[in-house]
Amino acid sequence: MAITPPSERIWWKEPVHKVEIVWVIVAFLWGVAMFFTMIWWHGFGQQNMSNEAYRIQPYQFAEKVDAMIAAHTVRQEGAFPVVKPPPGSDVYMMGRVYMWWPMLELEKGQTYRLHLSSIDLQHGFSLQPLNINIQVHPGYESVMTITPTTSGEFGVVCNEYCGLGHHTMTGRIYVVERT
Amino acid sequence: MNTPSVFRTCPTTGLKVHDAAENLIKANAVVAVVFLLIGGLFGLSIALTRWPAVHLLPADWFYLALTAHGFDVLLVWIIFFEMAVLYFASAILLNCRLAAPRWAWAQFGLMLAGALMVNVAVLQGNSSVMFTSYPPLQASPWFYLGLILFAVGALIGCAVFFGTLVIAKDEKTYQGSVPLVTFGAITAAIIAVFTLASGAIILIPTWLWSLGLVSNIDPLMYKLVWWGMGHSSQQINVSAHVAVWYAIGAMVLGAKPISEKVSRTAFLLYILFLQLASAHHLLVEPGVSSSWKIFNTSYAMYLAVLGSMIHGLTVPGSIEAAQRAKGFNKGLFEWLRKAPWGNPAFSGMFLSLVMFGFLGGISGVVMGTEQINLIIHNTLYVPGHFHATVVAGTTLAFMAITYLLVPLIFRRHVMFPAVAKLQPYVFGIGIAGISLFMMGAGTLGVPRRHWDITFADALTTFQFSPAAFLMLALNGLSAILAALGGAMYIVVVVGSVFFGRRIGDTEKVALGPATGTQAAAAVASYGSAGTLKIPGTVVLVGVFFVSFVLYYFVNWKYLAELWPLK
Repeated sequence: MAITPPSERIWWKEPVHKVEIVWVIVAFLWGVAMFFTMIWWHGFGQQNMSNEAYRIQPYQFAEKVDAMIAAHTVRQEGAFPVVKPPPGSDVYMMGRVYMWWPMLELEKGQTYRLHLSSIDLQHGFSLQPLNINIQVHPGYESVMTITPTTSGEFGVVCNEYCGLGHHTMTGRIYVVERT
Repeated sequence: MNTPSVFRTCPTTGLKVHDAAENLIKANAVVAVVFLLIGGLFGLSIALTRWPAVHLLPADWFYLALTAHGFDVLLVWIIFFEMAVLYFASAILLNCRLAAPRWAWAQFGLMLAGALMVNVAVLQGNSSVMFTSYPPLQASPWFYLGLILFAVGALIGCAVFFGTLVIAKDEKTYQGSVPLVTFGAITAAIIAVFTLASGAIILIPTWLWSLGLVSNIDPLMYKLVWWGMGHSSQQINVSAHVAVWYAIGAMVLGAKPISEKVSRTAFLLYILFLQLASAHHLLVEPGVSSSWKIFNTSYAMYLAVLGSMIHGLTVPGSIEAAQRAKGFNKGLFEWLRKAPWGNPAFSGMFLSLVMFGFLGGISGVVMGTEQINLIIHNTLYVPGHFHATVVAGTTLAFMAITYLLVPLIFRRHVMFPAVAKLQPYVFGIGIAGISLFMMGAGTLGVPRRHWDITFADALTTFQFSPAAFLMLALNGLSAILAALGGAMYIVVVVGSVFFGRRIGDTEKVALGPATGTQAAAAVASYGSAGTLKIPGTVVLVGVFFVSFVLYYFVNWKYLAELWPLK
């Protein structure tokens, strides 16, 4: 039968049940394990967010994008230039209302430095159907090293609300076999 | 201010009830329910728009409704109800008068004015910036001003709550430590002060920016500080609804916590670590380092998660202990089978507990893992997660305790008992569906806050898998079920409050198997359940833990299939 202890007892001086102690220890150790899993993945996992980012004026980023388009456009697709920079180089994609600019063509198995930024509002770079999602801020340029390992046509969707045309904001990345 | 305080004695529990406190609880709860209705209707229209075959609203209305839905239910319904919970957990449970009732009415007035101001600004159509209002997207100045007034009102409410605690201690209206439910409410109020201050720090300059007086708001800085309000305010909800779980266990079954020390320490962990959660929204942002992300997203090695996992044992454990003390000792689960499942306060509370843990808790930790966030950020998985925490967890718990507040505070019998009995199940199943199917769609890459995933008007298109469309249809059906459950709640509560049979001044009401005096002793005084065995709870917690570990590593497996990225 439950015995109610005297009510003047101070709560932090009370005894604790064994089942509670065991669960607290298990839950705590699980937390520690999850914490170190994140750190471990930085050393041994292949998918980590890069820590490389710069402050940049939106127009300066647009200039870099334009330079890449001028140098490496291989064809035009509707409103979009399709750009194929050489493997290992810097490639740029810019969010703006309402398109991901320009389209990129990359080679499978090659490594690129992908630069992302926005010229106007915040946008969400969402590469589908892979489901890689990266937030894009105006005024910040993030740089990450990516290696496409599957070929085909990949959609880039915007998944940060950016105004009434948000759902029309798309782009594309092609990954082709090595030539 | 000089009018003497008027008290009545509750015939059921024997607690002294301060008139002013009672009126304020009523006013805050009524406004809360009105905004639940408005926000809920916006929510239903959103789900029906997402369902591609229905596609109810045009795009501009969809984004407007999304902004209004987030504000009306996530802030207005929940914070108004929390004000009622704070006044209940201080003045009523401590047998005390409420401090400065006029200030409490100022809380009510300011919050109501702020809520109306934001709604008008949003409905005018020039503030469809989403609940988060990330700059450089700009809303009308009235939108930010309304938010600021609302936050100031809520801060005043917290001050009244703290004042009441001081009076109760000074006038020795309770013995020993405050009861656990009050302790939980104190946790919520402390977190609320931090949260509302963060809101003020970022919203005041943003308001000035919308007036043209400040030239630039850095979008990253905004997100960091804004989520100090946006996410941490969800921890107010967690603290408040965990307190409500304990309150319902105590009032319906006479349950005492297994040990006060463990339950209170778990609340303390919330105060110490929950504020780091702003990082959950910055895991795939540029300009924030991985070490910062890892430390903060894990609440410093998951210490706040530890708090919730402790409550996950102690809340069902206290119920098992109380049931076993009544003689339900057969096997592992007789205590659970013979629990009062026909009592909507209990069933709502237990469903809230289970869904918060299994759906909301596990998904929250998984998506808050630094690298796993890459496959989840801003997909529909995110609203899937928080509908499990905030709707299945907080809203359902608040609905459940309403069935006790109606007889105790409004002094009316609950009308339509057959409807009330079914309500938590209908709402609970609906919301579980909403949450699961949104998470499913998110796993398939469907973006959140998106009017048209067929991209009919886009310059170039992308085809989502048919499974994603199926998920959105099932989400729409679940939303209809949840809306039905919400309507049942509103019919029962509004009906009872305005037209229910009055409870006489000496009439006792039955809250559950426990008598009124047992309920009062359990909820309004300090004390642990003492020695006990809780094998059934241990099994339930074991199932939870195994699901958690499996789901966690499954997501690492998904992540490992992506293109290498660094």
